[in-house]
Amino acid sequence: MLGEGIAKGLVETARNFFGSYLSKDRLTTVQYPEERLPQIEATRDFPFLVYDGDDWQAGMRCVGCQICEKECPPKCIYIEKSTDKKPDAVGKLQFYPAVFNIDISVCMSCQICVEVCPFEAIKMDTEFELSTDDRFGGLLWDKARLSKSNAYYGKIHPTDAARSDAQLAEEKAKVEAKAKAAAEAKANPTSPSPSQPGSGGSPIQ
Amino acid sequence: MTETADQLFVILQHWLVGHAPVGLQSIVSALLSVVAILVVFASLFAITTVLERKGLGRIQNRYGPNRVGPFGFLQPIADGIKSLTKEDIVPQAADKTVHFLAPVVLVLAAFSLYAVLPIGRNMVLANLDAGVLFFFAVSSVMEVTIFMAGWSSRNKYSLLGAMRAVAQMISYEVPLILASVTVIMAAGSLSTVTIVERQAGYTGILPHWFVFTPWGFAGFVLFMIAATAESNRSPFDLPEGESEIIAGYYTEYSGFKFALFFLGEYLGMFAISGLGITLFLGGWAAPLPFLTWVPSYLWFFAKLLAMIVMFIWIRGTLPRLRMDQLMNFAWKFMLPMALLNLVTAGVWRFLPQGVLRWLVCSALVVVPYVLLGRGLMQGWKLEKRVYRFAE
Repeated sequence: MLGEGIAKGLVETARNFFGSYLSKDRLTTVQYPEERLPQIEATRDFPFLVYDGDDWQAGMRCVGCQICEKECPPKCIYIEKSTDKKPDAVGKLQFYPAVFNIDISVCMSCQICVEVCPFEAIKMDTEFELSTDDRFGGLLWDKARLSKSNAYYGKIHPTDAARSDAQLAEEKAKVEAKAKAAAEAKANPTSPSPSQPGSGGSPIQ
Repeated sequence: MTETADQLFVILQHWLVGHAPVGLQSIVSALLSVVAILVVFASLFAITTVLERKGLGRIQNRYGPNRVGPFGFLQPIADGIKSLTKEDIVPQAADKTVHFLAPVVLVLAAFSLYAVLPIGRNMVLANLDAGVLFFFAVSSVMEVTIFMAGWSSRNKYSLLGAMRAVAQMISYEVPLILASVTVIMAAGSLSTVTIVERQAGYTGILPHWFVFTPWGFAGFVLFMIAATAESNRSPFDLPEGESEIIAGYYTEYSGFKFALFFLGEYLGMFAISGLGITLFLGGWAAPLPFLTWVPSYLWFFAKLLAMIVMFIWIRGTLPRLRMDQLMNFAWKFMLPMALLNLVTAGVWRFLPQGVLRWLVCSALVVVPYVLLGRGLMQGWKLEKRVYRFAE
């Protein structure tokens, strides 16, 4: 009969109305500032710079190679290479970025900087409450604002961080083994040594 | 004591008017009533917007607004400040005068509807002999303002919305008025106050409201369906269908003019609900004889709130109609039912009281309803839709 469907619909909506007061499970809304959903591990928004240890300036992994600056599609990264050198994560003397700025109002969160970085130095962050009343300065982040510890990285992306740590450890072990071999070769000059001292290692100066 | 509580506002008005100079007393009296209506119904509008949003939220298993004030009940204040501080944009090609006048006249017309609504015993601004006629005449002005808004905006969406609105409102005005004519026939008067008086008294515990007769019930349902269409509310919200034509006739309105449209629309809804209450639900009368000690105006507002809840519930339930469905429903179902209902009301008047009268009149309502419903649903097979181009 005409109107039957309307009556059925009215009953259904009434059930929803009263049910939402009786059972909390029906309410699908998350009351955002008070309640939060757990973050998905693959979440990403803007890049940050990883440092080892406690001091962000000493432990900075970035060597200022400027690959990310060149690869960045919207050109939101600005780097000035340093003139002096500091020991890097594996103990080798490296340049470091004197200035490292990211304009997050330009960044498009593509993660290309992360893909191209050979030093595991730049990673994607998950922090999203970044509103500011300073339209230009507040969104142009410098080195200090960008630096975050490796422990933080391990917290927000555990799987990726474990892989990155393993890779770094492997590289470090390789370098140490080589150094050890070189030292042994230097200690016993009588044994035949195929490699010339000082020329082994990575091509990076 | 109950008498004083019932007449509280009437006495207060008389007392205030007594302080005015003799020559100005009638003007002061009218002004006081006008101010009371403005304040009461504007605040009812504010409350309704919150209730509606919360109710719809619950119907959709959400919380609804709950941030501003306790349980979100101060939301209308935030909305008001927002719409007041927004930029008022008038399109360059718009007819500026008409564009400005449309929302103003809409709200004026909506408020003047309340002049003839008895919201309590002795509480009516103007007891016109042709009160119902006045009501329908003024509510037609609202249609004109809607077309003014759509026409003056110089926007295709606005014009489409306005044309839809005019087509819809004129179509549904016919069953609306025919449904009220039954009551006018039964009461023998066009005065809203007299109509309420005719529904006074109780048989046992049942009040003599017109809704408790076969023709009155049918008339009430027809009236409320047509009223929903008249006030442009879902499922008859084609004139402002967001998904189709942005916001219909008020696409080009922003800031406070937009808020005025909103206000006018809700005021129209309250007014037409108030008329429905007056015509069919006994106006300010108590529903049960032992509840007559409750002040009459409280009954009116309780009934009005019940109607508002019904409107919200319907809005949360039904999807928007299509234009052809809308017109089919108006002309092929509502109009014949309303015409038959006139006959039913006449038969009811001339048959002697008793069971026979009830049987005949109920049959006169139910049989055409079933038959017309069948006729409308013929060839209305719901089947899986086949897409020709999108596989």
